[in-house]
This record gives sequence, structure tokens and C-alpha cells, in this order.
Amino acid sequence: MTTTEPSTTEATTAAELTNASVRLGGKRVFSDVGLTVGRGQFVAVLGPNGAGKSTLMRAILGLLPLESGEVTVLGRPPAQARAAIGYLPQRHAFDSSTRIRGIDLVRLGIDGTRWGVPVALTGAARERRRAESGRVGEVIETVGATGYAHRAIGELSGGEQQRLLIAQALVRSPQLLILDEPLDSLDLPNQASVAALLRRICSSEGVSVLLVAHDANPLLGYLDHVIYMAGGRATSGSVDEVITSAKLSELYGTPIEVLRTADGRLVVVGQPEAPHYHGARHEHDHPHDHDHVHD
Amino acid sequence: MFAHDFVRNAYLAGTFIALGCGVVGWFVVLRGQLFAGDALTHVAFVGAVAAAVVGLDERVGLFVLTLAVAGGMGALGRRGQADDIVIGTVFAWILGIGVLLLAVLATSPNGGTGIAAANTLFGSIYSLTPGGSRLAAAIGLVVSAGVLLALRPLLLTTLDSELASVRGVPARALGVGFLALLAVVTAESTQAVGALLLLGLLAAPAGAAHQLTARPYRGLALSALIAVTAMWGGLALSYEIAALPPSSAIIGIAGAGYVAATLFARARRHR
Amino acid sequence: MTPTISPNPIEDLNALLTFPFMVNALEAGTIVAVLAAVVGWYMVLRRQTFAGHTLSVMAFPGAAGAALAGLPTTLGYYLACGGAALLMRGARSSPGLGSPGRGSGAETATIATVQTVGLAAGYLFLSLNHAVLGGTETLLFGTFLGVSRGQVLALLLVAIAALAVVALATRPLLLETIDPEVARARGLPVAALDLGFLLVLALAVAATSQITGALLVFALLVAPPAAAQQLTMRPGLGLVLSIVFALVVVWLGLGVAYFSIYPVGFYVTSFAFALYLAARLWHATARRCAGPRSA
Repeated sequence: MTTTEPSTTEATTAAELTNASVRLGGKRVFSDVGLTVGRGQFVAVLGPNGAGKSTLMRAILGLLPLESGEVTVLGRPPAQARAAIGYLPQRHAFDSSTRIRGIDLVRLGIDGTRWGVPVALTGAARERRRAESGRVGEVIETVGATGYAHRAIGELSGGEQQRLLIAQALVRSPQLLILDEPLDSLDLPNQASVAALLRRICSSEGVSVLLVAHDANPLLGYLDHVIYMAGGRATSGSVDEVITSAKLSELYGTPIEVLRTADGRLVVVGQPEAPHYHGARHEHDHPHDHDHVHD
Repeated sequence: MFAHDFVRNAYLAGTFIALGCGVVGWFVVLRGQLFAGDALTHVAFVGAVAAAVVGLDERVGLFVLTLAVAGGMGALGRRGQADDIVIGTVFAWILGIGVLLLAVLATSPNGGTGIAAANTLFGSIYSLTPGGSRLAAAIGLVVSAGVLLALRPLLLTTLDSELASVRGVPARALGVGFLALLAVVTAESTQAVGALLLLGLLAAPAGAAHQLTARPYRGLALSALIAVTAMWGGLALSYEIAALPPSSAIIGIAGAGYVAATLFARARRHR
Repeated sequence: MTPTISPNPIEDLNALLTFPFMVNALEAGTIVAVLAAVVGWYMVLRRQTFAGHTLSVMAFPGAAGAALAGLPTTLGYYLACGGAALLMRGARSSPGLGSPGRGSGAETATIATVQTVGLAAGYLFLSLNHAVLGGTETLLFGTFLGVSRGQVLALLLVAIAALAVVALATRPLLLETIDPEVARARGLPVAALDLGFLLVLALAVAATSQITGALLVFALLVAPPAAAQQLTMRPGLGLVLSIVFALVVVWLGLGVAYFSIYPVGFYVTSFAFALYLAARLWHATARRCAGPRSA
């Protein structure tokens, strides 16, 4: 369905950052960060709010320039690999009165960037349209949304909306899927099922998955490795290597304790209050979305 | 200037109308209800025309229709806030009725409406009677007091509806009550600034205040201050320049205030 | 002098069409209906009804200013509406449908300020010109019945241009409307699309205002598309329905107004509103019959 140049399929890593630092609005968000996502791997970027995780994603997508360091996606600069990346930005749930069907939303994942009158005039155009409709149906089934893809997206639950959005990101058969906090507005059962879905997509479709999360617990057992960001720096390795009291204390620069509950969940204790940082994600928001009312 | 009765009346009414608009407007902007406010101001015009057709004092029509529509909006929406599209469709329809009523008025014995319609649309603050201006001042004061009394619950339900409902704040009632206050201030201010320009007094000072500070008490005070300043400035300016209508002057100053505040806030952010 | 309606509708229609001014009115009304229906459909989906109303109101200072400056009125309309669009610079009621539908304070305050300052200026221009309010009424409430041949032609050209632009940008516009973050990530010129649409809206509004008047443009711009969106979520079908509804409203309105002493604007808005109510009712009952799984 997509024309991926030979070089992207031959690249050994899905995404790679070396010694990267980014400066936003005069402040350095992070410096000297290294990250490697191998082909077909499931990687998470963790850390407290305001650590710069979203900024990191946008740098990988080529939406932000690096102050220093290098970033490649599938062996090429991010802008050139754009067609092979599926991106799911962080967003609020769709407004409940949104009158667009899920299937149309997924469809826009294929042809949303196509200029021109949306009428298939030639036989070839009609053929392509049929193939695309087939792909849309296929990917909706992959995420398990066939039952509700024809309903208004505003009426669906958070988990259902998320699945459709994942379908939209998948529809052009990307080689790298980047998701920004896909689980944060979901309840626990949905977090578990979406995490499992992502792992399945990773394995069966051969897609590399890089996601941002602030809680590693729903993803335990699925992750290949993690990058933990805090205090403008990052450290990477497997979950067991990184999410330890020693490693995190070193990263934060203050004593951190990692506890394991009886059912295997990890709890991080002692994180300093994350600086309230107006990162790139917020630059289009109304100033009041984040201010607190102090009486 | 103040030797003249009509000027004193204008300042009396204008000051408290501006106060009311500034205070209510600050919340209207916060709650994202400017479109509803826009609709209410246009509805006010239709109310005035309707009253004229029936032969009543236009103020009756102003208040009755705006309160009725405000109630409707409150009832239709969740948390007392209605959908933009519903508001738009309803108020287009009401304006259509206004057109009908204008035509009826033109042919009725109460006719001769060119001037009256202009006054309702664009305000006639210099033709207020002493009694009228005192009433306007009183209403402005009462509305401001009403908002200030309900300040904390209103803030809470606007900014954090979940917490508000947990604490037992009646969101819907407050929402409807707020819309009612908006309706009242709208109806009253129509006489001063006119139905079409009223939105400016609600939006511009409040918008400016929101640009400059996120703190509620300061914001409210700032909004009221800017509104009153615009009112005084506009009145003074239009007194000096005969060709300048007072409402245009007032809104012009308020708008300039908003632009200045936006530019200032933007410069401050980029420092 | 009001023509009386006879029991034979064909006869009535023929009687109606003998008058050039009625033919002009019908042609102008048709063009304006199609234009408003299409542009309005996007405007409703993008939650830009407030911006749309403000733009329509700009016709008033535009015409008054043109009269004062001795320029042709139509030029005033287009300049004022276009200028206001630039001022509002893509300030939307909500940044994309993927966020709470409540209007963001700063953006709506800008729109409201533009609206009232524009109106205040219009009033000033009127006063300076010592114009009588009678002319204002036509400006604000329209007159279908004073349309010239030249105006019809000009309308046709504007409509074709505007509709062509919308047709060519259909899918990118749709994607940008529903999901600006993804659109941006996929390399769509989001800011340009926003501004471009606002300008097209300004064009449509300026054109329509000449017929329906500044205050009543809304009836055609909001009600038929809103009704269409109640009945279907499919973009293609929705646009077609929107056009059909707008045409019905205009033709019926013109037809009935011909035989009545009451102004056209009243009939157009009332039919439009009735249509919207009917569509909402239909949607509500269809939903109840279909049970929890709605169309």
C-alpha cells in the first residue's frame, strides 16, 4: 500500500537519537539524551510530567529542531521518513457532539493529506479507492473496532476512541508507531487491553512501537526496553535495570525509592515536584488551561 | 461638561452599567459563553421591537425576552451551557422574527421607528431620564453584587466541575442563574451602548483582564476598571467630538484596551 | 398590491417568474444557498459559528464605510469581511475537535472584540455620512428583491471560486478540522488551512450578506448544514443534504414571501429553523427506535 524506499526497510534501527538536546522557549528541555528503538521493538519513554517526553517525540518526528546531537528515523532524517511513521499525539477525548464516524477518521489516515476533488473518475482511481477501503476495514479489524466503527466518534468510550486512533495511525502500514501518552485517559481494564493490542501489533505486523507513558505498570511484560527521563537527562535499559532505586536516584539527583507491590506493580516514591513547564505541547493552548486558582 | 443634566445621567448610568458588564463579562469569557452573550444581545433587540409593536415600554420586552432565552439556553445545555450550533440556529430564528416585527412596526400606528431602532441597536446614553439612569445604575450595582456573592461557587463550578459537584455546588442552578444575570445586564446595558455593541463591553475589558492576569480577584477588578475607564473615556470623547457617537467611542476604547493588553501579554511571554 | 396566491401552484410559479426581479432573486438565492450550504457545513463541523456570525456582521461597516468613502458597496463587503478574517487569524472556538468544545476565552474574546469594534465603526461611518437607518435595515436584514443582473453574475463568479477552493482542499481540510495535531505531523500546512478557510468563509459571507443581509446570513450558513449533520455523519452525503436543504429553504422562502407582505428574511429564517428542529426530532426518534446502537 505504501511506497517505502528500500533504504528504510534496510535500516537496522527504527529510531535513533544520539547526544540530543532540545531548547524550547529559551529553556533547555533535555540534554545529552540517547535513545535506540530497534526494528520490531516495543519501547517506552517514561518519566514524570514535564520531563520533556512529548518534546522528545516531536524531535523524533522532526517537528522540532535539535539544539545539538543527531536523530535518525529508519536510517534517514525524520522529515524524509515521515511516510513510514504513524503518529498518535496526546489529545483530549473527542467532544461528545462530534459527528464523524470512526471509519471516516481512519480513512483520513490514508487520504487526509490528498489535495484535489475527492471524486474517483478513472478506473485506476476507483481501483485504488477500493483497495484503500479494504485496507481501512483490515486495520479496523486488527484493533478490534469493527463493532463500533460506524458510530459517531464522540459517543465512544475513551478506550474505543483510542483503538480507532491507533487504527488511523496504522492504516498506511508504518514501520514505526509513535504514541504520546496513549493510556493516560483510560481506565485500568482499557489500559491493559490497549497495551496488549500494541504488543500484538508490534509482533504480528512487525511495527516498531515507541510510546510515552508516565506509568510503566500497564506495560510491564510487554516492553523490550525503556528510556527514563527526569531532570533534563535520560537513562535507558530494560525495565528491571532502569526502574530501580539506585538508577532513578542517580537520574533525579535526589533519593528515590522503587517499591514492588505484592502483585508485581512498581511504585516510584520520592519524586520531586515536576517543574510546571509550558512545553511545545502547550503552545497552542489557552493560557488558562493550566493556571491554578489561588484563593 | 458636568453642568448638563444629560451628561450627569449618562455618567451615572454608564459607570454602573460598565461595572456590571466588566464583572459579568469576566465570567462570560472564562466560561466560554461569549457566543451565548452575543445571541442574548441580539435577542434583546428583538425584545425591544416586540414590546414596541405591542405598545409596551421597550424595557419590558428587553428583559422578558432575554430572560426567557437565557432560561432556555440554561435548560437545554449541560451544566447550564448550551451548544453553539443550537444557540446559532435559535438566535437566527429570533432575528428573523425581529425582521417581521420591524415590518409590522413600520406599518403600525406605533411606527416611526427609524430613530427608535437605531437607539436600541446602537445605544442612546445621552437620552436617559434621571429616573432611568438611576434605575440603570441600581441594576448594574445589583448584578455586580450578585456575581460577587456567588463568586467562589461560580469559580469552582466553572474551573473544576467535578470537584464542585462533589462539594455539593449546584452547577446547573448556578449556570442558569448566571445566564439570568447576563440577561439582566444585557437588557439594561442595551439602553446605554445598544444591542449590537453591548458584546464589546462584555468581551473586551474582560478579555484584556484575562490576558493580563489569571488571578480571579485581580482579573475581576481589572475587567471592571477597564470597562469603567472605557465608559468614561468614551463619554468624554464623544462629548468633545460631536460627530462621534458615544457608543462607538466607548467600544473603540474598550477594543483598543484589549489590543493593548494582548500585545503586552505577548511581549511579556516572549521575554 | 400584494399578489394573491391561487390554488394552482404552477400558475403561481409562472406568475412569479414573469418578473425579472423575481428571477434575479431566485437565481441569486440559489447560488447563495449552494455556497452557504457547502461552506457552512465545514463551519459547523469546525465549531466556528461564532466566527461565521462575526464575519457576517462585518458586512455592515463594510457597506457603510464604502458609502462614506465613495467606493462600490460590494467592494466594501468583501474588504471588510476579508479584513476581519485576517484579524481573527484562525482564532477558533476550539483548537480542533479533539478538545473540549467550550470556547477558549482568548480566541472568542478576540472574535467578539472584532465584531463589536467593526459594528461601532460602521455606526460611526453611518453617522458621519448622515445616513438614515432605513438603509441600515436593508444592510442588516437584506432584501432578496433588489438584486440586479450584474450582482447575480458577480455572485456566480465568487461562488465558483470559493467552491473550487473548498473542493480542492476537501480532505486536508477535513483532517485538519478533526485532528490538527496529526495533520501537522503529516506535514499539512495547518495555519494556512485555518486562515484559508476563514477567508473562504469571509467570501461566502460577504456574498450571502448582499442577499440575506448581515444579520440573517446565519440562517443559511448554520441551519441547513446543522440539520444535515443531524441526519448523517458521512461527509459526502452530508454536503449534498446540506445543499438540498438550503435550496428548499431559499426557494420556499422566496416563493412564500412573494405572496406576502412580510419580509423574505423572516420566512427564510423560519423555514431554516423549522428544518433544523425537524432534523433534530428525526435524529432523536431514530436513535430511540434503534436502541443504544445509533445510526
